[in-house]
Order: sequence, then C-alpha cells, then structure tokens
Amino acid sequence: MKLTQFPRSILPILSRGNRGYYAWLLFLLLIMVWGAGGYAKQLNHGLVTTNMRDSVSWAFYIGNFTFLVGIAAAAVMLVIPAYIYNWKPIKEIVIFGELLAICAVVMSIGFIVVDIGNPLRFWHMLPGIGTMNFPSSMLSWDFFVLLTYLCINLVVVIHLLHRIFIKKDYNKKLVLTLVFVSIPMAVAIHTVTAFLYNAIPARPFWNSALLAPRFLASAFCSGPAILLILFQLLRKFTRFEIKDEAIWTIAELMVYAMFIYLFFSVAELFKEFYSGTEHLLYWQYLLFGIGDNKELVPYSWASIIMGCIAFVLFLVPKTRKNFTTLNIGAVLIYASVYVEKGIALIIPGFTPDVLGQIYVYTPSMIEIRTAALIFSVGFLVFTFLVKIAIAIIFEDYRVEEPMPEQQQTLEKA
Amino acid sequence: MKEDKSRRSFLKNMALAAGSAIALSGCDMKALDHFLQKNFRTLSKAEVDEIITSLQLEYKNKYGKDFTVSAKPATDGILFGYALDLSRCIGCRKCVYACVEENNQSRGPQIHWIQVLQMEKEKGIDFADSDVHYNPEKVPEEGHFYLPVQCQQCRNPQCTTVCPVKATWQEPDGIVVVDYNWCIGCRYCMAACPYGARHFNWAEPSVPEDEMNTNVHYLGNRPRMKGVVEKCTFCIQRVREGRYPACVEVCPVGARKFGNLLDPESEIRYILENKRVLVLKQELNTQPKFYYFFGV
Repeated sequence: MKLTQFPRSILPILSRGNRGYYAWLLFLLLIMVWGAGGYAKQLNHGLVTTNMRDSVSWAFYIGNFTFLVGIAAAAVMLVIPAYIYNWKPIKEIVIFGELLAICAVVMSIGFIVVDIGNPLRFWHMLPGIGTMNFPSSMLSWDFFVLLTYLCINLVVVIHLLHRIFIKKDYNKKLVLTLVFVSIPMAVAIHTVTAFLYNAIPARPFWNSALLAPRFLASAFCSGPAILLILFQLLRKFTRFEIKDEAIWTIAELMVYAMFIYLFFSVAELFKEFYSGTEHLLYWQYLLFGIGDNKELVPYSWASIIMGCIAFVLFLVPKTRKNFTTLNIGAVLIYASVYVEKGIALIIPGFTPDVLGQIYVYTPSMIEIRTAALIFSVGFLVFTFLVKIAIAIIFEDYRVEEPMPEQQQTLEKA
Repeated sequence: MKEDKSRRSFLKNMALAAGSAIALSGCDMKALDHFLQKNFRTLSKAEVDEIITSLQLEYKNKYGKDFTVSAKPATDGILFGYALDLSRCIGCRKCVYACVEENNQSRGPQIHWIQVLQMEKEKGIDFADSDVHYNPEKVPEEGHFYLPVQCQQCRNPQCTTVCPVKATWQEPDGIVVVDYNWCIGCRYCMAACPYGARHFNWAEPSVPEDEMNTNVHYLGNRPRMKGVVEKCTFCIQRVREGRYPACVEVCPVGARKFGNLLDPESEIRYILENKRVLVLKQELNTQPKFYYFFGV
C-alpha cells in the first residue's frame, strides 16, 4: 500500500502549472505526434526510409545515442565536485544530476531501439531469455551497463524524493554507496560506448586508444553545460540555493575538461596528419572533404569554432564570471559536442567505406522526425521529473488527505 | 478502502490488456511462432524439422512453388576455401548476377553479395582509388585490373565476435552464416566487417516469383525478411551437396577456384602451394579463407 501511495500522491503535481507550463507540454505533444508519424513510416517500410545504406550503415541515430550516453555520464560525475568542495545543496545536485542522467539513458536506449531492424526482437538481447553474446560483444556490454546505471539512478532518486516527501532522513549508507557506485558506472557507460567503436579494426577512424578518453572529456564539457543553465533557472524560480562560486567552479572544471578534450584531439590530429598514412582519408573527408564531397565540412568546422569560442569564454575569468557570456559559452559547447558526436563521429567512420567508395549521407526527414520524437519524449519525462522534484524539495508539497495510520504513529514516536 | 478499489480496477485493466494482447496475437499464430522462435543453434533436431516443414508450407502459399529447405550440417573433414585468379578476371560481373539469382537476393532494393572493384594497375590494390560503378562498353579496360570482393570467410571473423545476440557464427566447415530469424538488425557486424561483405535488408526484399530459386538452405539462400543482415555463404545449399558455388560455375574465364582446404589433393591446395597468393587487409588479422592469386 505504501508503494502505490507515493506515486499516487505525487501525480497531481503534474497537472498543476501556469500557462507557460501547459504551452510547453502542448509544444512537446505536437512534436511527439509529428515525430511518431515519421517513426510509424519507418516501422512500416523498414529502415529504407532513412538515408543509411550498406556503405554508411550507422549514422544519425547512433550519433545521438553516443551523445546522450555522454550527457548521462557527465551529469552524475558532477556529484564529485559537489562532495569535494562541500557545496551546500549536495542532495539537490545529486538529485538533478541523476534525473538528467535517467532521461539521457532513456533517450539513448530509445535511439538504439529505433536504429535496429527488428525492434520486436529486442528480447533476444535480454539476459536469461535471449542469448546475449557476453562478454565478447561490446554492444551487449553497453546495453547491460546502461540498464544497470539506469536502475541505480532510479533507486537513488526515488529513495531521496520519497524520504523528503514523508519528511524523514534518507538512508545515508544506501544513498552514499549507490552514488559512489554510480560515479564509476558513469565512467563505464561512456567508456564501453567508446569501446563499441574503438575495438573494430575495420574502421581506422575509430580505431584509436584515445577515443574513450576523448569521449569522457567531451562529455564532461556538454553534460555540466546543461546543469549549469538548469541550476541558474532553479535558483531564480525556486528556493534552490547555490552560490555563484559553485557555478563558477563548475565552469572552471569544464575548462579543464575542454582543455583535455582539445589536447587529445590535437594529439589525434598530429598523429594522423604527420604520419600521413591512408588512415588520413577519413579525417580528410571530415575536415576538408574528398574531391567534390564536402558534405561534412561545414559541420565539422562549425563544431570546432563553437568549441573554441566556448573554451575562450570559459577560460577568461571575466567572461566566466559574467552570466551572459557564461551561458552563451554553455550553449556553444553543448552545440559543439552535439554536432561532433551526432555527425562528425559516426559518418566519417563509414566514409569512405571499407572498399573505398564514397556514399554521401545526410539524415532523411524520417530520421529527423524520429529523433525529434525521442527528444520530445525525453524532455517530457525530464519536465515531469524536475517538476515533481521541485515540488517535493522546494515547495514542501504534501498531500491533503491524512497519512496512513501506521506512518502517523511512527512519526509521533 | 479507496486504495483497494483502485488497485482492483488496475488489476482488472491489466487482465483486460493481457487478454486482448493474446487475442490479437491469436489472429496470427504463425507470426507469434516466428516471434518466439529460439536461436537456431539452441533448437533440437525435432524442432528444426518442424520449422522446416512449416517454412516449406509458408513458401508454397506465398510463392506458389514447392521449396526444398535444407538444414544439412557441415561434413567432418571439410574446410572450404576459395581462390580467385587476379590475372584472369576480366571484370564482366557474370558472377555478381549468377550469385543474385542463385541466392534469391533482393532485386529492389538491389543487394549484391559480390562487388567487383575496378583498379588501376599502376596503383596496385588501392581501395581509395577503386571504382565499383565502372561502366565501359567492353571489359577489361586498358590499364586496369579487377578485384571481386565477397565474404572472405575469415578464420578470425570480427563480424561474429561483435554480434550482440549470437545471430551469426562460423560453421565447422568454415562458412560464416546468419540466423535470419534471430538477427535483430543492429548492423554492428556490418561496421566490423573490413570487406563490406555484409548486406542489410533496408526494405522488404523483392524477388520475382518466377526467378525464385526453390532449392534453399535454412542458413543460406532462403527468402529473407526486411531488417536482417545477409551475406555470401559460399552457396551453402550447393557446396554441402558437393557442388560448386554459382559464381565458380558461371565464371567465363575460369578465374574462380573452390575446394576443400583439408584435402591435400584438391586444386585449392595446389594453388596455395604453387602460386603467388595474397589475402585482403592482411594487417587486420582476419585470416581470410578467400585467396587471391596470380595464375599466369
């Protein structure tokens, strides 16, 4: 009874809100309907409705998947500085970081589901009833760590919120243990995702030991960028208290991450361009194009330029401590990593293909609509979760009806 | 009390939903059977026989023809190997189309298990400067040579390692096969294959009814469904019956050789021992059993 009571009493939160809230929900709903129409076509006719073909057999969906795994990883790693610097709202930072992680994992699994040819056969991958190719397939590892990570974060968040809701102290031992497990898990999910690509020698573009470290560094740029903005919004509209210094510290940590990311990328580029082997081909396609095929060039340079501007904005103390420039930087670094992971990572891995042929890939409208569907579902889930969390943490949301007797007696005692 | 009531109605709704799901699937038991079918390698002999009988019936209904669906296993003492004479191949692509017909490959969207690359003699084997879409009036073209690429049937196949659900594996006779009913269509094997030898059914495959080859193997050329990966199996339906693959049979210049690597008297062994032989992308340690050689 206690189990169903909590969700039932918090559900009414979702229907409370001002016009802006309802407009946002309506907007998400419209996008969802538009996106679902696209995905329905894909389900009906097959992946031929995407622009992927044998030459470029993974593309936009898998790029989005990779990006979101990074967001999920970075959101939780933000818990470390919260502990190290002993920021006051640790609990809140943990909760909002993990909420973001949960939504990001849900979306990334969504992108795998829409990318596979037979989504109904998804059960083949489940341990026990299917035949997981464990431990040799990195994809089954990835699926496994993502699910575990999702479960850990769900348990922590639900436990914390439930405890605050019933006005009791949370189980420190349980939460601390799980939070400390979830931090290495966050590293693990992004590392395994990198290994997914980096372990296949057929694709020289990915076959670099630096791929996993670069993934982590780039994730640590983009993940906190969202939270940086979210924390400012929360501070403005709720009783969430986070000092300017804490926000600037996050920004400072992002500078380190960006520097490492930049350094790794330069190291990668140096090795490729100085040695100038045939592997150079893929970087060439990405940065300069091959012959008349320059499709990715605007994306790759846009990503580089946005990243560099963000780096400067975060590096210079004056612009880092100015919230306008700081937020511009956050948006730029987020966009830069999104383009890098979404387009500049997967497609050059396949172009030119293993037999040297160039197939020009750009996402089809169906792919964009399906991606919009997943993002809008993710945003909706995030909106709901954040709304519930805010109501419980900052607005002392309580249910009017009396609590069950058992709990009342417990509270009196 | 209020809670109890809502829980009861919740349970009732769940029961209704489950019931209607079963009723819906009951409309198409065949689809449900397909959906629940286990990995081919975990099936018993009796289960395989049952599946094959039902497949033959299904194909008869669908294509109006009698199919022989074989599930013949590998024979002990046989390891298939392939050799292709680069000095003879003229790039006519007869093999490509013989393969399409023999193996019921989709005509639209078009799937080719064999890809013939035109290369410049000056540059040697250089994929970056090769062309699969060459289209002159007559082949061979001056200054060029031709490199047909199909599944290299690696001894160390990366495609089977990466498959998350063990839907693809290497048979004891060295042929790498796919269980089309188990493949989830993630295409990780295509990312891992260095030879572009795996092909995906991006749409429902289409084969004209009168061109359908009815002599099929469960792990080879039987009709495929959309959303699964397929590949060259050395014509498993033929070679396990002691015949040559279709591409070997059709080659007008005799550039293609096939045989048992474990038989010291075989032609393939003669070639390996007496000719200059190379394999593609040797540095990747995939150890192909598909050898290119110079016969003259």
